[in-house]
Amino acid sequence: MTVNGTTYDRDVEPRTLLVHFLREELGLTGTHVGCDTSYCGACTVIVDGRSVKSCTYLAVAADGADVRTVEGVATDGELHPVQEGFWERHGLQCGFCTPGMIMSSVALLEQNPDPGEGEIRHAIEGNLCRCTGYHNIVRAVEYAAAKMRGEEPPAPDWEVPS
Amino acid sequence: MYPRKFDYTAPQTIADAVAVLAADEGAKVMAGGMSLLPLMKMRLLSPATIVDIGRIDGLDRIEDRGDHIAIGALVRHAETAASDLVRVHAPALAQAASLTGDVQVRNKGTTCGSLAHADIAADQTAAVIALGATMVANGPGGTREIAAADFFVDTLTSALAPDEILTEVRIPKGGSGSAYDKLGRRGGRSDYAVAGAAAWVDKPNGTITAARVAVTGIGTKPMLVDAVGAALVGTDGSPEAIAAAAEHATEGVTLLEDLYGSEEYKAHLAKVYAARALTAALGD
Repeated sequence: MTVNGTTYDRDVEPRTLLVHFLREELGLTGTHVGCDTSYCGACTVIVDGRSVKSCTYLAVAADGADVRTVEGVATDGELHPVQEGFWERHGLQCGFCTPGMIMSSVALLEQNPDPGEGEIRHAIEGNLCRCTGYHNIVRAVEYAAAKMRGEEPPAPDWEVPS
Repeated sequence: MYPRKFDYTAPQTIADAVAVLAADEGAKVMAGGMSLLPLMKMRLLSPATIVDIGRIDGLDRIEDRGDHIAIGALVRHAETAASDLVRVHAPALAQAASLTGDVQVRNKGTTCGSLAHADIAADQTAAVIALGATMVANGPGGTREIAAADFFVDTLTSALAPDEILTEVRIPKGGSGSAYDKLGRRGGRSDYAVAGAAAWVDKPNGTITAARVAVTGIGTKPMLVDAVGAALVGTDGSPEAIAAAAEHATEGVTLLEDLYGSEEYKAHLAKVYAARALTAALGD
């Protein structure tokens, strides 16, 4: 399995879940275990280009796959535009859901560089956040989308008179 | 949560997979695993062996076969939802697939896997019934075909034998239109169906000559409600005709109350969504 560009070769028990393989075998603890029932999306990673829930994925079934986790999105110490968006638009409070949110958002923007608000909300339907009410997360994704298109991100809500 | 221990095998051919299932009573097929793994993690199910069909070539295709389209066992919900072939010839199934689970579930779970799991509140089950689909099962004795309307036997129980694999679902072309709509457990259309309905109609010259409506989420299994289609045949498909036909939406259904609604509420929703699905199927 290739994880964030590095190839690993390990023997695992069949029942080892991908999230436990990443966290315990490879030490990549950025991917979180949340509900552990395929609902909350905290464990979201990108496998062969598609966002999936790594708590509901046998590590053996990812044999030979290309896996990306939140540790792999920044390059050369530079935050990924999605990470920057969460920072700039306060897209997190406790931060527990954030790695999954970021991976879902990265996957969305790779497929759809200019999503509308409805499309963003639909794309993060499989990621639960119990702090933010999602508002600033949507703004963070809009910020990242604009940056990735080479445009100026929209001004933050708190600078726009209502 | 770890599942209980199991043996794992990833055969290269359908024949090899069937051979494992036939030899091992405790073996269970896995495609995307989005239904199976949660059950195993909650230890509601503990198969001795997982037969992962994910490495078998040729099952990941949606094919145009002339008078029908065929969806292979490894086609994921997202692929069913996005397929031009499915959107043109089986819009009800494309819509149901697009409303299954969430993005990550649709990226890994498979259409055939959801059908074989036979959850009472799944979406694509109702769509394949309304579309008059044929399920293709591979077992030790070869291949057999099962009509979708006969495939869902009871709660979480399909017509598949333990040593059979659902390798393909075939959707006949034809008809004027089809559609699926539902109320989801998280409101709107999110999550499993509190109630949902799929409709298929044929209206060649201004008069409906054939119609099928299937309901899901409201009873012990997804099922075809013959009375709705029968009430529509011979009509012009007007709003009044649809409303009158939708009144039959629970005929023959064993209603099941759950956390999301009483039997009365579900019966009401079944009529509402039967009418909505019919209206959409008769639209452009």
